[in-house]
Amino acid sequence: MAVAKQQEGVIASNELGTLIAALLRREYEVIGPVVRDGAIVYDSIESTKDLPAGWTDEQEPGRYRLKRREDGALFGYAVGPQSWKKYLHPANIRLWSAERENGTFRILNQEPRPKKRYAFVGVRSCDLAAIGVQDRVLLEDRHQDPIYAGRRDGVFIVAVHCIHSVSTCFCASMGTGPRVRAGYDLALTELLDNGDHRFLVQIGSEAGREVLAELGQREATDEDRQLAQAAVDGAAAAQVRRMDTTNIRELLYSNFEHPRWGNVAERCLACTNCTLVCPTCFCTTVEDTSDLSGDHAERWRRLDSCFTLDFSYIHGGNVRASTKARYRQWMTHKLASWIDQFGSSGCVGCGRCITWCPVGIDITEELEAIRGTVANGNT
Amino acid sequence: MLRIEPRELSNPMAPVPYAVRSVSRETSDTFTLVLQPQNGSLIGSFEPGQFGMLWSFGVGEVPISMSGDTDDASRMVYTVRSVGQASRALVSARSGASVGVRGPFGTSWPVDAARGRDVIIVAGGVGLAPVRPIIYRVLRNRTDYGRLIILYGTRRPQDLLFRKELALWPRQPDTQVLTTVDSGRQGWRGRVGVVTTLFRYAKFRPDRSVAMVCGPEIMMRFAARELEAQGVATSDIYLSMERNMKCAVGFCGHCQWGPHFICKDGPVFPYDRIRPLLERHEL
Amino acid sequence: METLERIIAEHPFFAGLDAQYTNLLVGCASNVRFDAGVYIFKEGQEANEFYLIRHGRVALEIFAPQRKPTIIETLGEGEILGWSWLLPPYQWRFHARAVEQTRAIALDGRCLRTKCEENHDLGYELLKRFAKIIERRLEATRLQLMDVYAAD
Repeated sequence: MAVAKQQEGVIASNELGTLIAALLRREYEVIGPVVRDGAIVYDSIESTKDLPAGWTDEQEPGRYRLKRREDGALFGYAVGPQSWKKYLHPANIRLWSAERENGTFRILNQEPRPKKRYAFVGVRSCDLAAIGVQDRVLLEDRHQDPIYAGRRDGVFIVAVHCIHSVSTCFCASMGTGPRVRAGYDLALTELLDNGDHRFLVQIGSEAGREVLAELGQREATDEDRQLAQAAVDGAAAAQVRRMDTTNIRELLYSNFEHPRWGNVAERCLACTNCTLVCPTCFCTTVEDTSDLSGDHAERWRRLDSCFTLDFSYIHGGNVRASTKARYRQWMTHKLASWIDQFGSSGCVGCGRCITWCPVGIDITEELEAIRGTVANGNT
Repeated sequence: MLRIEPRELSNPMAPVPYAVRSVSRETSDTFTLVLQPQNGSLIGSFEPGQFGMLWSFGVGEVPISMSGDTDDASRMVYTVRSVGQASRALVSARSGASVGVRGPFGTSWPVDAARGRDVIIVAGGVGLAPVRPIIYRVLRNRTDYGRLIILYGTRRPQDLLFRKELALWPRQPDTQVLTTVDSGRQGWRGRVGVVTTLFRYAKFRPDRSVAMVCGPEIMMRFAARELEAQGVATSDIYLSMERNMKCAVGFCGHCQWGPHFICKDGPVFPYDRIRPLLERHEL
Repeated sequence: METLERIIAEHPFFAGLDAQYTNLLVGCASNVRFDAGVYIFKEGQEANEFYLIRHGRVALEIFAPQRKPTIIETLGEGEILGWSWLLPPYQWRFHARAVEQTRAIALDGRCLRTKCEENHDLGYELLKRFAKIIERRLEATRLQLMDVYAAD
């Protein structure tokens, strides 16, 4: 009779350092959250000292502030402006270089895989869902993006269930959080229990099990589990925004001429911030370059945004010349067309587009306005 | 942890070198390139309607539909209109020079499905190029098809493409070629008027026809409406759409049109599927 | 050899017309033929007839200073040439030139105009039919105006 394998454990908060060390020993490039320039961003980490201990955040439409918190929590904040696409779908990368020779040309060094595989520490449920969305787009469609595949392959994911929501979060209504469901190697819930700072750890894979085995741990008790449940439920309950996705495809497809598009266009600056911070936006453009001799050429790929004027340029002019058309394209694609293209919504409810929009456009409010449940007018 | 099996043998973004065998001028701004494989490397064979991404070393890439006989594997023929930097570099290529090719991409014209039926081709401007492979295949297998009707319009008489063939094709059995221009000089003895005015002379059987339309979007919209008014089912009318393309493999996002990626869900679409999209301004 | 009567009665343009009106039209009709290059009418001339083209091709032309004459439309077999006879000032707007030898049925517009004033039912029937032609020509002309094949 097979003995049920261990599925959980509890580690003291400083054992997180042992976890990071275990990953480094396995030659992973370990990435985690750090504080920089007044925001929490992602960067290489080597120990728990690099993590934003005792930091929290406040987010509103068009507003992001870090604040101190008293309990020394290591993950007591929501997501910042960056997402894991910083590593998986890099903003600027060379696809290949080519040399002229003997009247023809040869493609050289197609972009190689990074030397080390990544370990992502602190992946929130919305971002884990976003990784899944990008997996579908870049790995599972007609073609496979070799750059994404090379970086995504074998990524070790230490997920974190959120215990703190900000006002722009709406993952609960999108069904993408704040609880992580699948796709992780280890998942942590931070328990700040009157000074007994610890983590409930769930095992999500054999690789995760192996790493956890190297950490000092004890068995999880019902009390641990209840505390964990309450903390994450609390984060869900604290969310004030929601998106009603009932019939969203039909709703947006049949409201192409809704006056709200003109209304939002008056506010939108087409600054492309939303597409930069969105963890699922994947559009890129290609640039061909050559050196002065003309014998050496390169093709580069960089992130692009459907908000730029020439995104839709064909000879004769731009198809989506107005800001209205571009905002409508972005929102309809994200919430509706994505479903036809990839079988799920493109939105994971992370709220970044709301926080980082300089004029505070709120995608949940725009949707409600189109549904007609908001008095049509100004915010 | 996700482990990924690499699916592709080659990088879909890397072009394969082809040698320019010839560049011939068709009109003041349109040229036909004939390419041959170089170093023995071949990309897959094309179906009528599919396109390749043609790369001029260090300059840029443009999506161009095959315009030659797609059943001839020894060469690839593309008709290019010089409108920008990359296309200009392509048409300036010398014989023997290398051009990078990626492809084949996109959906194709339903040529084989049209067997046993009348084939109506409606083309405008440089749109005659992407439909020429259909004509070649139909003529090569003439008895497999019903009547062949080619309706073609351009801006002026000097913009007509493939003039020699336009004169030869009507000599084929059961083949009708009607051309028109938007405006003509006094010496012009052909028709003047938009391409939709040709329908009154076209002899086809609407209930057993397949129509394939290629040209500027406005022209295709009016032609499709006219075909429908003549009794051709909207599921038997096909259009070749065009949008900004950077990667041609469904990753860059530029070619999206509503829910469709023109590079993989198109460029050839049945009219009944896209009719509502055509009416939407700035989609 | 087909008679004028049969041709007019069977032509789609006149379909549905009451027999008495068809007879009337026959009374105003005659066979005409133009050699290649001949001008059927010229801009500014009084418009007193219209034509039902039976065979050949007619080019509508416009002349502008400093520009070579431009053909803006051609009409062929079965098509109706000319509606300026119907409404004041009854003046041709363009030149019409036979591109090749063209046979047509000419209908006496001046005679028909008088009859239309006397009989408004006849007037309405003719006006309906010409309005349809004008509508189609307008749509086609607008498309030409769009210059859809231009590079930019």
